[in-house]
Amino acid sequence: MSIKLTDEEEAMRDGRDGAAVAKAMDLLIRYGNALGAADFVETRNVCGTVTATTPFMRDFAMAKGGFDGVFSEFNLDTADVVEVPQVRAKSYHLQLGFDPNHPKEMGVSEETVQFYRRSEAVVKRMGVNMINTCTPYQVGNLPAFGEHCAWMESSAVVYANSVLGARTNTEGRESTSAAMLTCRIPRWGLHLDEHRRGQLGVKIECPPQTNQDWGLLGYWMGHWVQNQVAVLEGVSHQPDLASLKHFGAAASSSGGVELFHLVGVTPEAPSWEKAFNGNPVGEVRVYDAQARAETLDKLNGQTQNTHVDYVMLGCPHYNLAQMQKALELLDGRRISDACALWIFTPHDIKTQADAQGLTAQLEKAGVKILTNSCSAMSRAVPEGTRVVALDSAKQAHYLPAILGVQAWFGTTAQCIDAACTGVWRPA
Amino acid sequence: MSHLFQLKGRVVVPGVVSAQALVSTEPISGWGGVDPRTGTIVETRHPLRGQSFAGKVLVFPGAKGSSGWSAQFHTARVMGMAPAAWLFNLMCTKVALGTVVSHAPAMTDFDQDPLLLIQTGDWVHVDAVQGLVTVTRN
Repeated sequence: MSIKLTDEEEAMRDGRDGAAVAKAMDLLIRYGNALGAADFVETRNVCGTVTATTPFMRDFAMAKGGFDGVFSEFNLDTADVVEVPQVRAKSYHLQLGFDPNHPKEMGVSEETVQFYRRSEAVVKRMGVNMINTCTPYQVGNLPAFGEHCAWMESSAVVYANSVLGARTNTEGRESTSAAMLTCRIPRWGLHLDEHRRGQLGVKIECPPQTNQDWGLLGYWMGHWVQNQVAVLEGVSHQPDLASLKHFGAAASSSGGVELFHLVGVTPEAPSWEKAFNGNPVGEVRVYDAQARAETLDKLNGQTQNTHVDYVMLGCPHYNLAQMQKALELLDGRRISDACALWIFTPHDIKTQADAQGLTAQLEKAGVKILTNSCSAMSRAVPEGTRVVALDSAKQAHYLPAILGVQAWFGTTAQCIDAACTGVWRPA
Repeated sequence: MSHLFQLKGRVVVPGVVSAQALVSTEPISGWGGVDPRTGTIVETRHPLRGQSFAGKVLVFPGAKGSSGWSAQFHTARVMGMAPAAWLFNLMCTKVALGTVVSHAPAMTDFDQDPLLLIQTGDWVHVDAVQGLVTVTRN
């Protein structure tokens, strides 16, 4: 069975709107058929990655027709070089491969920054909003309940689905670019009511208090449920944006969680029953102090060296409230000469922090505020870093694999303390 | 004596290829889980850490992790380091898009569990046109 096309979609496929749109539609048809989707859904809210930031892509561009060649291959999956047109959907750019304003810290050459700037100029001309963050929902792209979206970035997808009640699968670089040009994405998975109902249950007996607790619960849950929709019950207080952001990011790193229901908190879970919505309740597991301890051991068990060289905060990107909390936790102390503290945030939030005087206060204490990327994306850490401290389970999951460093995962307070003393201390 | 058996499944990406199997009992992470420049698995806690999937028939439960999944295997394909074919159990958007842009034949929804039947080192003929996988074990 091939995916069903409307007259409009056939016209796009057949080249009515030019070669790039035809290639985009062709990719979406191949992708829809791979999924086994019946048809497409219309979407006008797309978050993806379009710019080219790697030396590999720069070399590719030199050999194959500049940025058009890069976009054709890496965004539309075609070796034919097509001209990059204007996007049709409201389109937003996710985080970058580095912070272009800090090439030295990022360890990138001026040449790479120049190449990025040229691709950025093209992407802006396409009409893509350069918000450059893994958290579009923190800087103005807040989809409405039920809105069909095509987002990539797993932590943003799980937030949009679970906390906002929008509808998106975890899209990729190629499918989001094709959606930007066509306003189409396969009607599959979480676009459909029946796939949004709970499948598994979690009874929380060790209610999370800190962001680290939320990260541990998410990491534990993701490892267990993988791609399935879990319903959780038993939180002791209303979590804020930062807690839910950390929880979802952790769950989508250890597993493939794209949607969860937290009873009494998230919009599709006014009750345990409503969250399952007629689905049979599958296995129910208890999250207790032992499960929490085992999860912490999974993340920290391979780390021995308590001499911390680098503390990274801002995975997912920090917001103003988190930066203010970091300042409070510093409590007048300075970052140790033996350690560095980098906070990653979207440039929009950095602008607010600048205006607020927050950036200046943090920098005075020795903190470096970076934007638009993170250490995992950029593979950039301060020179000589062997041991890092993180308040994000997601970053703790990825950094050791990507950079071969040892990582400590703890509370924000523990991380700030390590940055001020150069030593990791148990909570 | 070689031993021969077959599995039937649904075609995800059409194509025909023969190659050696690499079987992963754990799901595969793309971004942060593999190095597309060398075609190897790098995820810290993955049982196949350090092993190469380039040119292999990768048999695995499904995809997990970052939405950079497709882009990693897209890059691997451009660098000549992608798997020769993909056989997996659990469909999701990451694995659908990633296998599509790898241009390598892919199948899922098998009549028998390929993870239980196929072993690393088996010779696998993937006919992702007819929807038939033929496995030879020496």
